[in-house]
Amino acid sequence: MTEPILQLVDCTRVHGQGETVVRALDGVSVQILPGELVAVMGPSGSGKSTLLNLAGALDLPTSGHVVIENQSTSTLRPDELAALRRRRVGVVFQDLNLIPSLTAAENIGLPLELDGRRVSEARRAAVGALHELGLDELADRYPDQMSGGQQQRVAIARALVGERRLVLADEPTGALDSVTGDGVLAVLRARCDAGAAGLLVTHEARHAGWADRVIYLRDGKVVDEAVAR
Amino acid sequence: MSVPLSLLALLSQGPAYGARIKAEFEARTGHAFPLNVGQVYTTLARLERDGLVVPDGGPDDEGRIPYRLTDVGAQQVSTWWESPVDRSEPARDELVMKLALAVATPRVDAQAVIQRQRAAAMSHLQGLTRAKLALTAPGQPPQPASIPTPTTLSDQVVLEHRLYAVEAELRWLDHVEELLHRAGPAPAASAGPAPAATPPSGPPSAAPASPNFARPAPSDTRH
Ligand SMILES: Nc1ncnc2c1ncn2[C@@H]1O[C@H](COP(=O)(O)OP(=O)(O)OP(=O)(O)O)[C@@H](O)[C@H]1O
Ligand SMILES: [Mg+2]
Repeated sequence: MTEPILQLVDCTRVHGQGETVVRALDGVSVQILPGELVAVMGPSGSGKSTLLNLAGALDLPTSGHVVIENQSTSTLRPDELAALRRRRVGVVFQDLNLIPSLTAAENIGLPLELDGRRVSEARRAAVGALHELGLDELADRYPDQMSGGQQQRVAIARALVGERRLVLADEPTGALDSVTGDGVLAVLRARCDAGAAGLLVTHEARHAGWADRVIYLRDGKVVDEAVAR
Repeated sequence: MSVPLSLLALLSQGPAYGARIKAEFEARTGHAFPLNVGQVYTTLARLERDGLVVPDGGPDDEGRIPYRLTDVGAQQVSTWWESPVDRSEPARDELVMKLALAVATPRVDAQAVIQRQRAAAMSHLQGLTRAKLALTAPGQPPQPASIPTPTTLSDQVVLEHRLYAVEAELRWLDHVEELLHRAGPAPAASAGPAPAATPPSGPPSAAPASPNFARPAPSDTRH
C-alpha cells in the first residue's frame, strides 16, 4: 500500500467565538498519494485557503487532524512545525510573500539556508529551480525589478526548490498570461508525476483540468468531487 | 459553408487532386474533421459547377485530376479570410434545453443535474489536458519561444478550442448553481410569485420560471 503524503482527517477549523463564530472548514477529509495532484475549487469564502493552510501546517485544525508524511501537525512543537514546513512543504501563497530585500535566487534558497545548508548549495538549488521555469536571467534581480508575472514564477520556483514532496499552490497563475500559466501548471504536474503530492486551489476549471481529482467546497464542506477518467 | 471554403483555401496554395486535398485538409485542421474522398470529389464537382475551380490539365497516369482555383474562387478565399465568421446564431444545445427545463420543472433536482454534468465535464477537461500535455514535449513546459510545426499548431488550435469550450461550460454550470443556491432551497410547489429577495430563513422561493408554469400559455386558451 502506498502511504499518502498528505492526510486531512475530519478537519474542522473554527474562527472567532460566540456570535461571530465562522466554521471556515467543516469536517473535511482529504488524502493525497505520491504522484497525485488534487485541485480545490469553490466560491469565494468556501474555505479553500483555510484548507491549504491546514495542509501546509501553517495553521492547526480546531478538531480532526492533519498528517504530513506520517507526522501529525497537532502533536508537534512550534520549532518542529517550522522544520516540517521548511523541509517537506512548498507553498505558493495567494499573495506572493517574496522578501523585498533578497534577490530571486536568495528568496528561493532561503528555506534551504535556514535549514543549515551551505550558501553555495542553496544558490545552486535556487538556480536549478529558476531554470526549470525558464527564468535563468532573473536570479540576481530583486522583487521590485521584476514584473508581477515574473515574481509569481519566482514564488513558484521557491515552492519547488529542494526535495519537498508536498507542493501547495493557492491561485498560482493569477498574474500570468494563459500560455505562461500553462507552463507553470506543466511544471507542477511534472513534479507530481515524479512522485510529489500537489494541492492546487483555483477558480479556473481550465487549471483544475491538470489535476487527477477535483474537490468542490461550499461553506467549508466538500460538496462534490470529480475524478479524471 | 466551411468545408467548401476550406478546400478553396487549400487550393489557393496550388493545384491538387482530391486525395491530396483530403490529406492536407485533415492535417491542417488538427485531425478533428475527417472527410472521405467521395465527399471531397462531390464538393469539388460543386465548386467546378459554380465556377470556383477548374481541372488543371488532364488526368495523370493514375487517372487523378488535379484542380486549381479560378479568379472568382481566389476572390472567395480572400473574402473568407477577410470577414468574421457569423457566430450570432445559437446552436440548439441539448444541455442548455435540459437545464433550462430542469430549473422550471417541479420535482426535478436541478442541482443534481448540474453536479452530474459538472463531473462529466471535469473528467472530459482532464482528458483533454492530458492530450494537450502529450502534444508538447513530455516533461518540458511549453516555451513561448519554441515555434511548433504547422501541424502541431493546428492540433493545438483545435484542442484548445475544445478545452475553452468545456471550461466555459463548467463556468456556466457553476454560475447556474450559484443562481439556484441564491434562489433558496429546492423549488417546492409554490402558489404565487415569490418576492425576489427572500431571507434564507423565510419560505422557499421558487425557481425563476416556476410561478408561470401552472399558468396556461395564451395559445392554450384559444380552443
Ligand atoms: N482569521 C480569520 N478570522 C475569521 N474568519 C476567517 C479567518 N480566516 C478566514 N475566515 C473566514 O473563513 C471563511 C473561509 O475563508 P477562506 O479564506 O478559506 O476562503 P477561500 O475559499 O480561500 O476564499 P477566496 O476564494 O476568496 O480566497 C470565510 O468566511 C472567511 O471570512
Ligand atoms: Mg483564498
